[in-house]
Amino acid sequence: MTMPFYVSPEQFLQDKAEYAKKGISRGRSIAVLEVVEGILLVADNPSHALHKISEIYDRVAFAGVGKYSEFENLRKAGIRYADLKGFMYSREDVTGRSLANAYSELLGNSFSQDMKPMEVEIILADLGSGDRPNEIYRISFDGSIFDESLVSVVGGRSEQLKTFLKDRVRPGVTLKEGLGLVRSGFMEQNDNGHLVMNIEAAVLERSTDGRCFRRLLPEEVGRLLATDQ
Amino acid sequence: MIPVNDGSLWWGGSSFVELLNMVRSGGGSAPVAGLSGGMDASRQYSGGTPGSAPVWHGTTVLAMTFRSGVIMAADRQASEGYQVADRAIQKIFPVDRVSAVAIAGAAGPAIEMSRLFRVEIEHYEKLEGVALSLLGKANKLGQMVREHLPLALQGLVVVPLYAGFDDRTGQGRIFKYDAAGGRYEEDEYHANGSGGLFARNVLKMLYHPGMEEAEGILISLRALYEAADDDLGTGGPDFVRGIFPLVYVIDAEGVREIPAEEVARTLKGIGESLRRRVPS
Repeated sequence: MTMPFYVSPEQFLQDKAEYAKKGISRGRSIAVLEVVEGILLVADNPSHALHKISEIYDRVAFAGVGKYSEFENLRKAGIRYADLKGFMYSREDVTGRSLANAYSELLGNSFSQDMKPMEVEIILADLGSGDRPNEIYRISFDGSIFDESLVSVVGGRSEQLKTFLKDRVRPGVTLKEGLGLVRSGFMEQNDNGHLVMNIEAAVLERSTDGRCFRRLLPEEVGRLLATDQ
Repeated sequence: MIPVNDGSLWWGGSSFVELLNMVRSGGGSAPVAGLSGGMDASRQYSGGTPGSAPVWHGTTVLAMTFRSGVIMAADRQASEGYQVADRAIQKIFPVDRVSAVAIAGAAGPAIEMSRLFRVEIEHYEKLEGVALSLLGKANKLGQMVREHLPLALQGLVVVPLYAGFDDRTGQGRIFKYDAAGGRYEEDEYHANGSGGLFARNVLKMLYHPGMEEAEGILISLRALYEAADDDLGTGGPDFVRGIFPLVYVIDAEGVREIPAEEVARTLKGIGESLRRRVPS
């Protein structure tokens, strides 16, 4: 007679966590910085068409690493959540905090209930306005949520990049300086060196009303980085 | 209230209207076809017989093309029967960076339709990562007007005017609609609402292709002035309260509103030139 395997819950969850972590660290990194102009999001992304950074709502941006299909689904769910809420109530009622909570719930449920946990880690950036400060949330594959400031990094060898950036990024850094620092961080991480074209960048601009998210075109990224030397 | 993980947010569509219908009908299942969010036929209008119902109506809106884009203008009055319901309502709504919608007809559903339309366009752009073409947006609006038909038949007619700058042709384009959702493209100008006929007549006399922005604004304001002169429902410039028509210019640079001071100045000029013609 065959006995069903017994696996202790601790072991089971640990296995799942390790599986997810492995998937996430295999990819490349994303860094999010608070800069003078607003919030800068930079991804090490070889593809021009498949974005890792995108707009969720007027002042909220999304960045995801890990399995593309999974964070793409999360991105779309976030847009649906935000647009529904903004239409049913008012545009100013869509906040990064409520979105972060919704994501945390979604990822937490998936981690504890599904056989295969989601291999993703995401950052949700909410640009402050008036007296309200910026909010940056990092949400992990198991739904745990971290309220971060100044610098947030996910994916790849994220600890290494985070240490690199934390040592160098100071409050009051400009978009141009921030972009240069992240590029140096990416290069430090990878011995092969990186082409400028591998950088995907976007900014939540404080100077804009309404939809603050703006993608930096490759030429603009190139220009900002070229004069950095 | 807003479901995150009941499956309704995981379907593959890019339409906000369908998503809204799905959430409103209980979520989870496939979107209900043929209903437009917030304006479905099942929500019967029960405000009495059409015409006697206390419904606000927007009056005169117009759009005209000029050399590098399109101009939209509208008066500010909402009327309820023969009374003024509001002196300073907004009838032109920017939809995105390159287009705007102007509404005439029953004010409530018209404003809700333009709000929904804006979210629909933005929702698509965010999900797909690329904006709809101007024609695609115009067709989408036509569908929304068509879905409103049951309410239109009960007296709540909404007829939008949609205009924008088409990146692909490099020109301003105007789309007008009928209550049944018919979409018709207009090359030069169009005006809607109770004073629309008077405004159209002015535009017919003064419009010529390829004019500059300043002349276009002047002619638009003249058309609204004449509409207010002859139509009870249309509000004229109000120098006492400082309420003036809204004017938007849409070109390659985007949508921008002409400041009220500039509109007032132009209207003053129109007044002066008309006064000189009246024998004293």
